[in-house]
Amino acid sequence: MGGFLTPLMTWRGRIAAIVLVLLGLLPWYAPWLDAAGIISQKFALTLMTRVLILAIAAVSLNLILGYGGIVSFGHAVYIGLGGYAVGILAHHGITNGFLQFPVAIGLSALFALAIGALSLRTRGVYFIMITLAFAQLLYYVGVGLEAYGGDDGLTINRRSDFAGLLPTRGPDKTVAFYIVSFVVLLLVLGLVHRLVNSRFGMALRGARSNEPRMQALGIATFHYRLTAFVIAGALCGLAGALLANHTEFISPAMMHWTRSGDLIVMVVLGGMGSLLGPVYGAIAFLLLEEFLPGLLRIALTWLHDALVALLGSGAVGTLDAWLRLAEYWQIALGAILILVVLYARGGIDSLLGKARHG
Amino acid sequence: MTLLIEQTLNGIQLGLLMFLLAAGLTLVFGIMDLVNLAHGSLYMFGAYFCASFSAWTDSFVLGALLALPAALLLGVVVEIVVVRKLYRRDHLDHVLATFGLILIANDLVRAVWGPDGRRIPLPAWLNQPIFLTPDLPYPTYRFAVIVVGAAVALFLYWLVTRTRTGMWIRAGASNRTMIGALGINVEALFTLVFGLGAVLAALAGLMAAPIVTVSIGMGDNILILAFVIIVIGGIGSIKGAFIAAMIVGMIDTLGRAMLPDLLKSFLSVTAANTAAPALSSMAIYLLMAGVLVWRPTGLFGARS
Amino acid sequence: MADAMLKVDGLVKRFGGLIATDSLSLDVREGEVHALIGPNGAGKTTLLAQLSGFLRPDAGRIEFAGRDITLLPAAARVRLGLARSFQITSVLRDFTALDNVALAEQARQGHSFRFWRPARADRSLRGPAGVALEAVGLAHRANDAAASLSHGEQRQLEVAMALACDPRLLLLDEPMAGMGPEESARMVDLLRGLRGQRTMLLIEHDMDAVFALADRITVLVYGRAIATGTPAEIRANPEVRTAYLGEAEGG
Repeated sequence: MGGFLTPLMTWRGRIAAIVLVLLGLLPWYAPWLDAAGIISQKFALTLMTRVLILAIAAVSLNLILGYGGIVSFGHAVYIGLGGYAVGILAHHGITNGFLQFPVAIGLSALFALAIGALSLRTRGVYFIMITLAFAQLLYYVGVGLEAYGGDDGLTINRRSDFAGLLPTRGPDKTVAFYIVSFVVLLLVLGLVHRLVNSRFGMALRGARSNEPRMQALGIATFHYRLTAFVIAGALCGLAGALLANHTEFISPAMMHWTRSGDLIVMVVLGGMGSLLGPVYGAIAFLLLEEFLPGLLRIALTWLHDALVALLGSGAVGTLDAWLRLAEYWQIALGAILILVVLYARGGIDSLLGKARHG
Repeated sequence: MTLLIEQTLNGIQLGLLMFLLAAGLTLVFGIMDLVNLAHGSLYMFGAYFCASFSAWTDSFVLGALLALPAALLLGVVVEIVVVRKLYRRDHLDHVLATFGLILIANDLVRAVWGPDGRRIPLPAWLNQPIFLTPDLPYPTYRFAVIVVGAAVALFLYWLVTRTRTGMWIRAGASNRTMIGALGINVEALFTLVFGLGAVLAALAGLMAAPIVTVSIGMGDNILILAFVIIVIGGIGSIKGAFIAAMIVGMIDTLGRAMLPDLLKSFLSVTAANTAAPALSSMAIYLLMAGVLVWRPTGLFGARS
Repeated sequence: MADAMLKVDGLVKRFGGLIATDSLSLDVREGEVHALIGPNGAGKTTLLAQLSGFLRPDAGRIEFAGRDITLLPAAARVRLGLARSFQITSVLRDFTALDNVALAEQARQGHSFRFWRPARADRSLRGPAGVALEAVGLAHRANDAAASLSHGEQRQLEVAMALACDPRLLLLDEPMAGMGPEESARMVDLLRGLRGQRTMLLIEHDMDAVFALADRITVLVYGRAIATGTPAEIRANPEVRTAYLGEAEGG
């Protein structure tokens, strides 16, 4: 009993719990936010569903990147594989979720096994490049799949059907899907938590800390890393299947190397090697993408008005000219990324308090 | 037959262009151990600088000549402000920080030059065919690219193997800490190398510009190809970059030229036309994967 | 007469033109403490790397408890009972001292494909790990990060981890490297306590420690074993004196 509540005794733990509760209860307070004019209910749920799904993908990447020290630059490939499994099956009339999802997960696991078996024998930047290469390879396969839309992608007309338990059309589908995504995220978090604290997790984390040392203890690190790689791929395939359902559209762009880059940014931004770090990272990354232009406009307006008060409007220029700067918000995003890497390397999670050992 | 020769020359031209891009990347990687994703942005800036200076001076050649020192200046500034702080970090940090630089570069270009692409018009003397043999016309511009590319490659070879600076560069590539102990100003050397890489990338960009048109993010896709080339060739090896670039240039060009016809014999026309570029891209990645399985550090990789 | 636990026969290792191990032969008897000494560059660590499986010899044979292990990978040798510590301290810095040793115990117990139960709460791991830490005198630092341990304590941790593998033969690479006189004395006591219980092959520069601990000593010069014998025999050996001890006389 005590074990379950101990996380709540630290600030990091409390914040984690609060974030999860806020995420989980969104469907219930979204209408209130809508009525207060803050944000449309549908928009909030749609955006946050995307956050949840990418959080699942980021958590899966964190397993190998944060805990295993394996810098995979091709992780978005599994989102694509999972998505295409669902999309292609739906295209051929198979919309049974109980069939699609296991195929999505199984296919991702299989590819992860093949790619991992070949790549994990290399090290350092060669490993990064070879995972990138395999990702691009599959991207080009996707582009070449004329029958399934090629570069333009494929629309999914019917969502996955889970024996009617989940509404796939109509007004309830958004809320229902949000709740399902949230539950899956919780389950994945729980699974990863067990994994990283088990003997397997210790072996994996030890291999990240000091690989020759582990081998000197008699632990054949390759097998553990490959297993972790496969599990991560499978979980990411699950995220892909969910994403395909959410956007009702699949395309090779899901697998492009810049998407893998996004996932790495999420993991690092949130805090590598911490359980909830990738969740924070996904939230921060997607909300920044969505709201940074608006935030910049507010900040620039404030700055402009303050400078006008100090120096007079002649010296400062029109508000319009300043506001146009907000169009170039990616400069701010890039700068934030660089600053995080240089000065806040431990990510959001590290800013919340000291972590336990290992 | 003429088609084959023409395509082979195109392959050589692409290979030399890719070599210019890859050489800078492999130098920076080999000497400073820095993974620079923003190298493609330097390529893009080269093209944009050339577009502006050409329009200004009404001369493509002048525009190109002015773009190079501008790129050098840009490279030096970026090195001093950001890149310098990354040398002590691990590769993941390099990837993330330079990814941030790409975001900044793309939006900066959009702010200064606008979202639309640019075209660089070629002067008349470059725009007509040159007759290599009485029956073999070939675009003069592409021929010029081959000449310039080969000249720069020879210059690089001379620089690295026959000059004192080149000796320092090669020493730095094999043992960074030692050259500091030998009293060489390592900081200045690194800035110089980064600047050299920037100039090479910019040159590749401005030479490619009349052929592919100048647009935002033009460097991002070609960057991956450059990385594939240096991995195949072996990180830190200019010779490896050259050979790998030529191979990749050939595969890509000949693939795109020959594959559609080859595929048409057993696929529909539309299918063949979309599958061909995808297949030739895949071939390059398969080649890299194959090389890495056989030689985990590339064909001429120095470090183990 | 005790049996040879480890038999090395004509081992050769070249690095380009340099011969690091030059047809080296030696044997380590069960239950003894066998020290390996020699000037810097004699190839002691290279030998240890070949014995533990981190380096592949170019020629020769290594036999452990009657079994040919010349080409066996490192992790497999540990399973057979051959454990090593590193010359340059190599512990898991982000883990606690107890975690470090518990991992060694975990490895000893077999494979780590257990995905569910928390390892840190597993008594079958924590128990023996605690005992090993006691044995090296680090029990009071069990829950401290390995990175926060002093240099001497980290060397002790190295030994604890090697011990936790429950090895039949312990290869120790300069366990006292970088230690002050007090810490060295503690390490010598520790190793002396293990005499008779564990077979040890020990590389060391500290001559006092070597003569205090060793049952037999082998002297290595330029990759060859020039003499093997009891401490008294080695001290008296004229070749050894000129090659090694003679030079050290002044220091």
